Amino acid sequence: MTRYIFRRLLQAIPTLIGVSILSFILVNAAPGDPVTMRTFGDTRMTEEARQILRRQLGLDQHPIVQYFVWMTGLSVQRGDQVAVMTRPGKPCGYVGGIGVTVCDGGGGILRGDLGVSLDTKQPVWDRIVERMAATLELGIVSLALSLLIGVPLGVLSAVKHGSLFDNLVRFFAVVFRAVPIFWMGLLLIFVFSVMLGWLPTGGRQTVSLTQTFNLGDRLRHLILPASVLAFGGIAGFSRIMRTETLEVLHTDYIRTAQAKGLSPGNVWFVHAFRNALIPLMTVMGPAVVGVLGGAVVVETIFAWPGMGRLTVNAAFQQDYPVVLGAGMFFAVLTIIGYTLSDIFYAVVDPRVRFD
Amino acid sequence: MTTSAQTKSQQVQPKPGEPAVATPDVADALSRPARSLWRDAWSRLLHNKAAVAGAIVILFFMFVAIFAPVLAPHNPLELNSGKGFLPPMWVERSSTGKAGVPEFILGTDNLGRDVLSRVIYGARVSMVVGFIPTIIIVFIGVSMGLVAGYWGGATDNLLMRLTDIVYAFPDLLFFIIVMTALRATALGQFLNGLFLLFVALALVNWVGVARLVRGQVLTLKERDFVLASQAVGASHFRIMVRHILPNSLSVIIVAMAFLIPGAIITEAILGYLGLGLRPSTDPADIFITSWGSMLLEGQTAINNQPWILLAPAISVALVVLSFNFLGDGLRDALDPRLRE
Repeated sequence: MTRYIFRRLLQAIPTLIGVSILSFILVNAAPGDPVTMRTFGDTRMTEEARQILRRQLGLDQHPIVQYFVWMTGLSVQRGDQVAVMTRPGKPCGYVGGIGVTVCDGGGGILRGDLGVSLDTKQPVWDRIVERMAATLELGIVSLALSLLIGVPLGVLSAVKHGSLFDNLVRFFAVVFRAVPIFWMGLLLIFVFSVMLGWLPTGGRQTVSLTQTFNLGDRLRHLILPASVLAFGGIAGFSRIMRTETLEVLHTDYIRTAQAKGLSPGNVWFVHAFRNALIPLMTVMGPAVVGVLGGAVVVETIFAWPGMGRLTVNAAFQQDYPVVLGAGMFFAVLTIIGYTLSDIFYAVVDPRVRFD
Repeated sequence: MTTSAQTKSQQVQPKPGEPAVATPDVADALSRPARSLWRDAWSRLLHNKAAVAGAIVILFFMFVAIFAPVLAPHNPLELNSGKGFLPPMWVERSSTGKAGVPEFILGTDNLGRDVLSRVIYGARVSMVVGFIPTIIIVFIGVSMGLVAGYWGGATDNLLMRLTDIVYAFPDLLFFIIVMTALRATALGQFLNGLFLLFVALALVNWVGVARLVRGQVLTLKERDFVLASQAVGASHFRIMVRHILPNSLSVIIVAMAFLIPGAIITEAILGYLGLGLRPSTDPADIFITSWGSMLLEGQTAINNQPWILLAPAISVALVVLSFNFLGDGLRDALDPRLRE
């Protein structure tokens, strides 16, 4: 077991390196640079000043060098530059063999430092942590909604299979699985915010001068995005629970339970339900990953100040460190999600071997 | 068919005392004509109402896309000054106090352009975005999947690691980064930005198809018919293309049916974010506007003319649902074991 987890973690390393290279190439493929973009309208700024700024940000170096610096926090200069480069907190050393000076500027992805945002000058980590709470709030509420609604729907529709209720549930499951999240979001905004005026069109709370915490206000803002994100989950969970419950209901031990005279409620919810839950556990990992991906969409539509919106806006503004840092963060979360679900699968089903 | 077989078999009933030996022509008469897998699947598909309805809707939108210039009542780029934000023809008084006119069935946008005509032209983009990247994806995905599954080893390992990398990224984030990064390049300008969208869609989605095909190949290559063709000296290429590929076709077709709506949704959401097709002002362009771009225009004008939002939203939902129904139908028809 420990060995299996260890191996899965080892496997994640090349994936993460791949993700870092891929995102770095993509971000660097953009024509123009962030400095020009940010100072374009500034007529007082000379090209030399821009050049200095680029230099400070390390944007004048070769992309491969930039990647190396971003990953390790070590910068490299040709020749013996120890005397020139060394500053407080930035020790340098000369590697005679290859004739370069290596300076440790601190940071680097490998040391868990995601760099500094070009726009706010804050560390990328701080910006992510600041937005995490909003994304978690949205994600947890919508996952809870999809489980609380999807699971009972699936079980009931299996118990009453063939009935009108069952057919309705199945029909809506197909529709909700197919209808894009963002479409659902636009529709709900149109109906509940624009036509009826019941709920706000977006944001996490009403903007006011005091910005005091108001639970009612927060909940009103949460209803639409959380429901939109939950629809897909409700459809998925009800489908899985229906199939699994149907399967379990045809097993011998259920027949035994019925034969010994247990009440139908007891049979369905104590015996059948628990066994049907096992496969549900194994899809939780992908479900969490799905919620993360969906959050990118929902946060953008509802102006929800979470990580997804942070990343999307950073991509629009070419705030490279934020895009790259948040991208890596998403990738790590996704890999953890899949790995946990694989481990869970092996734990609940002893037939799955760890090799 | 059954009755004729019965009468024929009755004619040759063995007389008492004679051995009941079936002559060849009796055996022929008793067996039904061979029905291929495809013919069976086709008839199952035709019996699936949702799938047939889906196919009809898709054909309708393909027709609309191809004949857009004929069907559109107006030039989608024509500005009708003073006629901006007209409501649909059945509305007598909109929120801006205007009445709908029969000339503009679904009303007009802020510049007085006909909404219906723009939706009709938008169908072109959705259909093209649905089909072209899917063809590229299937071509790359199937070839890579076949090779990786058949040869295994380093190719296979590389494919699996590539898939892990692509899966580790939320799709939309990847699309947004690609589109923002490359939008200003020549690649991003080509075909009003559609070409870049094709490339992005293909980059993300081919790995899924490859993984799927690889899984199929892994089970199929252990089967006896592969062993048999190896025994008679068939080349690896022949085994892959003539024996393994046809047996994975049903899985590939079903995957295609779900890739198409996925691509249409991606275009719509990128358009909505302002990253999709660049809306054109040149009447010579084939692709003038997309449903995604209209959603963006519609949301900004949601109070004045909701139909700019509703018309493309309804179209997107119809097309996507239809493809899903067709996909479900195809899956059930091609592999009855998967039917719920």
